[in-house]
Amino acid sequence: MSKENAITPAAFRHLLGIEGLSRDQINYLLDTAEVFTDINRRKIKKVPSLRGKTVINLFLEPSTRTRTSFEIAAKRLSADAVNVSGDSSSVTKGETLIDTARTLEAMAPDVVVIRHSASGAPQLIAEHLSSSAVVNAGDGLHEHPTQALLDALTIKQALGTLSGIKLVLVGDVLRSRVARSNIFLHRVLGNKVVVVAPPTLARPEFEAMGVEVHHHMEPALEGANVVMSLRMKKEYLGQSFVPTLEEYSHKYCITEKLLAKYAPESIVLSPGPFIRGTEIESAVIDGPRSYYDAQVENGVAVRMAVIYLLCRGLSARASTESDAGMEDLVDDEIIEELAHAKAG
Amino acid sequence: MQRQAKPTVIFGGKVICPESGLNAERDLLLEDGVVKAVEAPGAFSGVADAVQHDVSGKLVLPGLIDIHVHLREPGYEWKETVATGAAAAAAGGFSRICCMPNTNPINDTASVTDYIIEAAAAAGKARVHPIGAISVGSKGKDLAPMLELKEAGCVAFSDDGSPVMNAGLMRLALEYCLMVDAVLTVHEEDTNLSHGFSMNESVHSVRLGLQGMPGAAEDVMIARDIELARLTGGRVHFCHVSTARAVELIRRAKHDGISVTAEVAPHHCVLTEEAVGEFNTQAKMSMPLRSEEDRRAVLAGLQEGVIDCIASDHAPHESDSKDCEFERASFGIIGLQTTLPLMLEKVRSGSLKLERMVAALTCDAARCLQIDGGSLAVGSPADVAVVDPEGKWTLSRDSILSKSVNTPFLGTEFCGKAVNTFVGGCLVHGGDLEMNE
Repeated sequence: MSKENAITPAAFRHLLGIEGLSRDQINYLLDTAEVFTDINRRKIKKVPSLRGKTVINLFLEPSTRTRTSFEIAAKRLSADAVNVSGDSSSVTKGETLIDTARTLEAMAPDVVVIRHSASGAPQLIAEHLSSSAVVNAGDGLHEHPTQALLDALTIKQALGTLSGIKLVLVGDVLRSRVARSNIFLHRVLGNKVVVVAPPTLARPEFEAMGVEVHHHMEPALEGANVVMSLRMKKEYLGQSFVPTLEEYSHKYCITEKLLAKYAPESIVLSPGPFIRGTEIESAVIDGPRSYYDAQVENGVAVRMAVIYLLCRGLSARASTESDAGMEDLVDDEIIEELAHAKAG
Repeated sequence: MQRQAKPTVIFGGKVICPESGLNAERDLLLEDGVVKAVEAPGAFSGVADAVQHDVSGKLVLPGLIDIHVHLREPGYEWKETVATGAAAAAAGGFSRICCMPNTNPINDTASVTDYIIEAAAAAGKARVHPIGAISVGSKGKDLAPMLELKEAGCVAFSDDGSPVMNAGLMRLALEYCLMVDAVLTVHEEDTNLSHGFSMNESVHSVRLGLQGMPGAAEDVMIARDIELARLTGGRVHFCHVSTARAVELIRRAKHDGISVTAEVAPHHCVLTEEAVGEFNTQAKMSMPLRSEEDRRAVLAGLQEGVIDCIASDHAPHESDSKDCEFERASFGIIGLQTTLPLMLEKVRSGSLKLERMVAALTCDAARCLQIDGGSLAVGSPADVAVVDPEGKWTLSRDSILSKSVNTPFLGTEFCGKAVNTFVGGCLVHGGDLEMNE
């Protein structure tokens, strides 16, 4: 990784989704995250690189793991992290999302991390913030880019490569933002992506996104390198898409038996939470194929990378105005640190 | 409805009146609120005491008719009023508009109808025909008093955005309207198939993570109501047809001799779901913008006459209801001032014939709801639209006469505009035109 490869601030003003990112941008994000994983394994897991920066975690949909991951990421970079939580439906009763954005902007955060139940909400926030960067931490059914990045980092570590792989997404792809971000990411990298679920969920429209659609496990799993279990939401908008979770499980539960036969080399990922015995067998999630713990660990590193790169992008812009020397110093400092961490 | 106008001569233009089969240089004499005479150029140059309007190089059309608009009054006056809606109509070349009943309260009683008609008379910019509700409160349960509404001035009936999901009630409404002598003008959407939608269902909705409405949600209801029209002999008009399949269903129904008519909205002729882009709420409407194949099919259906007329579905909404999360944004766009220029663009590109466009905005629209107007034959109401097909202008906030500016065409440079609109012989738009008095 060298400073010259840096994603230009213009290209990386916000992280609203994986769609639209290039292969180089994805690789750059992952390379940066990889360096941060080393920092996370140190005794002292904190670097001073983002001292004086402010990160607001605006979580308008319940979330514990993603919010905690973002908060830890910001704090390990020495940024000040503030959590604002609420229910996006209660927000509509009074303040509009645009007014919320305006209020936050007045407090001059460097990064606003947003999770929202409406697809496109981070885009809307970004359009109304003139100086802060926006990170999408999950919007409706649309995207969850940092999840796809941490999945990719985990795959890269486990398989030693991110190219030429077959990724199989099992379960509720229709209502999954994790599925969409993963599809965008692996299609850009040229990987084969397969979705498998009942036809009520694995809709033919996915084919137009460059994805193979299956309704039976065996052909879907054949030769897979990565199998990802997606959470089954039994109901959505008052409608159930499968008769019962038992019937779903009978057909689509990821079992060791299936994997051993059709995808013996495959690793298994899950964005969590998962329903043991329904979506995935305990023997699989607790066994050697499972990289679930690595995913969680990599989540912090990926989010550090995203926040760091966004703040640096903003710094680059600020440096053209006044405090160029100071900003450059901070950058050099972290580059050195990153190089050192990688060497050690 | 207006002060008595002086006799007016409109000379020098090319008259296109599909109803009377006229497409030639003609001069018009408007007097006593009607078209008094239509003669060869120069015939009225000597008429004393008449206002002489020189419209050389312009098209002279019957005043345009829009049978599907939302005027929001009573109840939503911050979005639009009868007066501002009528002013926008006049500016767009429309002399006659029909307004949907989804006001607050719903137009399901004569008192609401009276209120709208009085507000329109006071505004005086366009003839306004209210459309009454099919069911009480548009709740789809009990029939609204359609006879009372008809006698108060409603010209047709609709539950518009709250489609009649109960086929039994729809059957009763169709049968009852045989006596009332009115058309049911229906927004066809199976709400069980469209639940929670905010755009067309396709790879675009899947990509954006938005709930989609499949074209089938519209098609199954059109198929149902064709069969109910067949069963009852009642008359159905299909609002804003947006799918290729719907065009085929309507074609077959007409072939079978069933009493159905249909309209298309300009936005379905010029835009596709791709306009949604990255969550652009100005491209959110119901019916949603569909695929390119659908767009071509509805436009071809219009040219062919399977789709009878053009209607704007003018749906004003304040900015706040569009400046929000896509799935929470209101459906619809304004259309009274952009319908004519958008359709003229299709004429220029060759996908629609000029005469066909004029018919679809005049006599064919009138026929769908069995209302007056749409003709320049001698004795017709003196409603006239003078159109400059080459007139360039840009749609800006200032040029919009509606109270709301929700449109994806803001900033668009158009070629073609209504320069004058007459209602009952009175000039209601374009008073700044050069006149030789």
